[in-house]
Amino acid sequence: MLDASETQAETLLEVNNIEVIYNHVILVLKGVSLSVKEGGITALLGGNGAGKTTTLKAISNLLHSERGEVTKGSILYRGERVQHLDPAALVKKGVIQVMEGRHCFGHLTVEENLRTGAYTRRDGKGAIEADLDMVYTYFPRLKERRRSQAGYTSGGEQQMCAIGRALMSRPETILLDEPSMGLAPQLVEQIFEIVRAVNEGEGVSFLLAEQNTNVALRYAHAGYILENGRVVMEGTAQALRENDDVKEFYLGVSDEGRRSFRNVRSYRRRKRWLS
Amino acid sequence: MIYDVFVAPFADMIEAPDFLMQVLWEGLVSGILYALIALGFVLIYRSSRIFNFAQGIMVVFAALTLVGLHAAGLPAWIAVAATLVVMFVLAVTVERVVLRPLVGQPDIILFMATIGITLFLIGFGEIIFGGENKVMITEELGIPTGDFVFEPFGGLLILQQLDVTVVIVAALLVCALLAFLNFTRMGRAIRALGDDHQAALSVGISLQTIWVLVWFIAGIIALVTGIAWGARAGVSFALEVIAYKALPVLMLGGLESITGAIVGGLMIGVLEKVFEIYWGQPLLGGNTETWFAFVLALIVLLFRPQGLFGERIIERV
Repeated sequence: MLDASETQAETLLEVNNIEVIYNHVILVLKGVSLSVKEGGITALLGGNGAGKTTTLKAISNLLHSERGEVTKGSILYRGERVQHLDPAALVKKGVIQVMEGRHCFGHLTVEENLRTGAYTRRDGKGAIEADLDMVYTYFPRLKERRRSQAGYTSGGEQQMCAIGRALMSRPETILLDEPSMGLAPQLVEQIFEIVRAVNEGEGVSFLLAEQNTNVALRYAHAGYILENGRVVMEGTAQALRENDDVKEFYLGVSDEGRRSFRNVRSYRRRKRWLS
Repeated sequence: MIYDVFVAPFADMIEAPDFLMQVLWEGLVSGILYALIALGFVLIYRSSRIFNFAQGIMVVFAALTLVGLHAAGLPAWIAVAATLVVMFVLAVTVERVVLRPLVGQPDIILFMATIGITLFLIGFGEIIFGGENKVMITEELGIPTGDFVFEPFGGLLILQQLDVTVVIVAALLVCALLAFLNFTRMGRAIRALGDDHQAALSVGISLQTIWVLVWFIAGIIALVTGIAWGARAGVSFALEVIAYKALPVLMLGGLESITGAIVGGLMIGVLEKVFEIYWGQPLLGGNTETWFAFVLALIVLLFRPQGLFGERIIERV
């Protein structure tokens, strides 16, 4: 939980008012600002097309290969501008993204997948082998499947493989995109438990994009809600969980009972303009 | 007729097993060269989705450079090293000047770009080294040119020492490549890149480094095949053709499969020789080697469009 001492934790990542345009014409982010505290789990919430993935890719600089571009604002990591860095340089700085939909290397074995995560490291075989063991202690399932081709493993195993692969780069911050996608509720819970364990055990900070607001807010310390390329709400996870609007729109519970759909829409629209 | 097609060839094979061995051996020699060239194609295709039309001219260019440098006074082995440096510079240049500005363009544009590279290398090679045929510096490189003569089954089997050397070197190179791809960090990165570009980027694999690397490997392959083929046929721009012989290998083996390239290459080399000797010459008037591989590939494509060994597309449902 985020308490007084943690709010004073150092800011790792700071995104200031960024605007992202795809293909020179499609404006996807319209001024997103957020900050990630060291040692915390920060959730980035919102529906489909809200701009969560784009925000993460803007940070990890994977936008470029999709013809996207950060046109305004700045991204600071430990106080240093990182927009011009390529993904490899960013990985060396300790920021790595786990992409939505897992993206394991299908024809490589699970263990080979994990090893590719250590691609940018230069600290020797011993350290890498040790980290392989570290990943296997967090994901015992991967150890059993280490010799299978990743393409033939289950969705949950692939998600573990993708997170484990990121861990192999010895990151400070993992940008985790939609870990719950396509997984059974029980498995989602398991993945989030591991995320928490890694966060506490290895001190890795997470910026987590998630549609599953309910789960995300239970594990995160702080959160941002994105809608239509803008941050519409932010706060500690607790505050967000207790907020009436969040309850109503994202958690699906409301004190006032159901409203008619039309009212909800106009209400949401009004809120959007106000923010 | 039926007897000529289905019985006579096999009767011949059994009657003269020593000759059959000779035929198989010769098929193996060209097969392993096809395999090597096909590997060059596969590596570049896997890591950048580029069908490298320039592979053939790279063979010529490497051989010309080697001969040219030697003629300019460099000792043979120094000339080999210098040629490798030239191939590396070529790889870097191709990446910088051609591939990098074209990142993200449709595949066909990149394919056209490799045709551009081909034409450039033809012109460039001619300006520097001249267009006339040259002799490969086989002896200077210490490649033996004698024969090994065996007498299996009371017959006669002649293995040219040159061919034996080629087979050994090519086989070693193939093994080295396989080991490199499977057991090193860079090799894993090449395979990873073939599977998923975005994910490879996300773990910090740099496309540029890998591209230079695969083009350099293609350059090394070009040099080895250039020496091997040049030693038999002389060094001229006609050597380019050997690379096109790798096309049916690719159709047969699948553009993405490393094993497919190796097995396909050996298969085509052996089958085309066997077909030529036992069916082509007696029945079709010979010279079937020029088209046999392509017909075989066509037939395979009819039944298995992904090639015999095309990487199984892993699809989960």
